[in-house]
Parts: sequence; structure tokens; C-alpha cells
Amino acid sequence: MQANAKPLYEDSFAVEGGNFDNAGRVSSNIKSILKKMGLSSDVVRRAALVAYESEINIVSYSRGGLIHLRVGSDRVLIEAVDEGQGIADIELAMQKGYSTATEKIREMGFGAGMGLYNIKSFSDYFQITSEVGRGTCLKMIISISDAAGA
Amino acid sequence: MTLREVKQLLDAEVLVGEDKLDMEVRTAFGADLMSDVLAFAKPGSLLLTGLTNPQVIRTSDILDIAAIIMVRGKHPSPEALRLARELRIPILITRYILFETAGKLYMKGIVGCLEKVESK
Repeated sequence: MQANAKPLYEDSFAVEGGNFDNAGRVSSNIKSILKKMGLSSDVVRRAALVAYESEINIVSYSRGGLIHLRVGSDRVLIEAVDEGQGIADIELAMQKGYSTATEKIREMGFGAGMGLYNIKSFSDYFQITSEVGRGTCLKMIISISDAAGA
Repeated sequence: MTLREVKQLLDAEVLVGEDKLDMEVRTAFGADLMSDVLAFAKPGSLLLTGLTNPQVIRTSDILDIAAIIMVRGKHPSPEALRLARELRIPILITRYILFETAGKLYMKGIVGCLEKVESK
């Protein structure tokens, strides 16, 4: 748990708002980076999954943003920061089934109010902050435990 | 069963993954809602869906889905097809409806990724 320890890997990836054809590209990339680092398949899968739901949110609801990946010896940290409309009522947005999705988002197979719920349930730590009219920031940690088999 | 047996059972056309037909599969998940697929599907499973957009391929990549079965004769969008080839994720097209596709697989021993969701 050395917060200041040099990360094993660190990078940021830009996500374009409104570009549904590319949605998921960053997360696929993050997945292959983590896989190559030799992390357990459970960690890779959960990290890729929360990155992907975050990426879909950035594409769906913002003008664009960044996904920041930082891998330490004991954790994978993923931060998703966007510039956009923000969320007025976070408690409501976290509720399973609550959604403000457009038809376009629903056609893609999302927008059923499961995204933030999934992100929370697949993360070991999850924090959301948002400012209306400015944007939203998600912080997700997936713990790397020695016990988790590949 | 192998993907080749799945292909025969479902009278399916293989659009991507002709080289992966010897792969063994034991579980499947069927949905058109990708968030539910992300929540419940297990690695190495078949994904039965009627959606045809690139997000089906992305979702399958994230989850290590073994193969996508597009039901009701649906074909992937050109972008989805391109992506599946790039990521080497098999796509099979069957004209059977979702219910029949699932039933045929179940009768051959393929089971769901989970039986039912937890309460609440």
C-alpha cells in the first residue's frame, strides 16, 4: 500500500464524446496492457469491465474525457474523468435501472441503468464525484491479491 | 461441445473464426443488453444475441467470450464485422430465434453462465 511508490505502469487515454464506433477501444487496449503484465485473469477482467462501462459513459454523456490507468504492486487504479453535463443526483444515478439514456445509447445495448451499478459491484473501491455543467470523475480500484489465481 | 458441433446444431453460417471451430464450450448467456452481459457472462461462454453493433464485439472482447451467436438471421454491421476479424472473435449466424437457439444448446448439455440472479 505504498501510495508514493513508483507505479509499474501509468498512462492516460483520450476518449471522444459521442463516437460510438470507437467506444470500447481504450478499454480493449487497457485489457491487453494488463494481460501482458501478467496480472490474474480475474483482475484483468474486472479492470477491463469497469474501464469499459466508464468509457461507454464518457462517450454517451460527455463531450469527451480521459481514462487514466495506474498499476501498482497491489492494485490497479482506473480514473475516468469527463467534461460534460455532470450528474445532479448521484444517489439516484447509482440506483439499478435509473437512466437518462437516449435512444442511440439504448440501440448500442446500454442505457438500462446498469453501468454505474456494475462499476461499483466489480470494483474493490469506487468513488464518484460530479459537478453539474462541468463533468464527472470516477475512481475505481481493483486489488491485486496474491491469492487470486490466474 | 465444440464450436463445430454448435455450428451444425444451429445450421449456422460462420462469418469469423473458421479456424477456431475445435474450441470447446460449456456455458452460454443470451441477452440484448450489454450491461447485463457484462454483469453475468462468464469467460469462455457463447453469447447469444440479436444485437449486431460494434459494442457486441467490444463486450465479447472484454469478457473473453468464446463466440458470438447472432440469432434470428441477424448479420453484424460492417464495423462490427471488421472489429471481430481484428480481435479474432468468432461470429456464427443462425436463423433460429433466441428461444430455439438456447433450447437446442441446452438439450445438448450447454448450461447458462448462471441459473438465476440473486434476490433484490
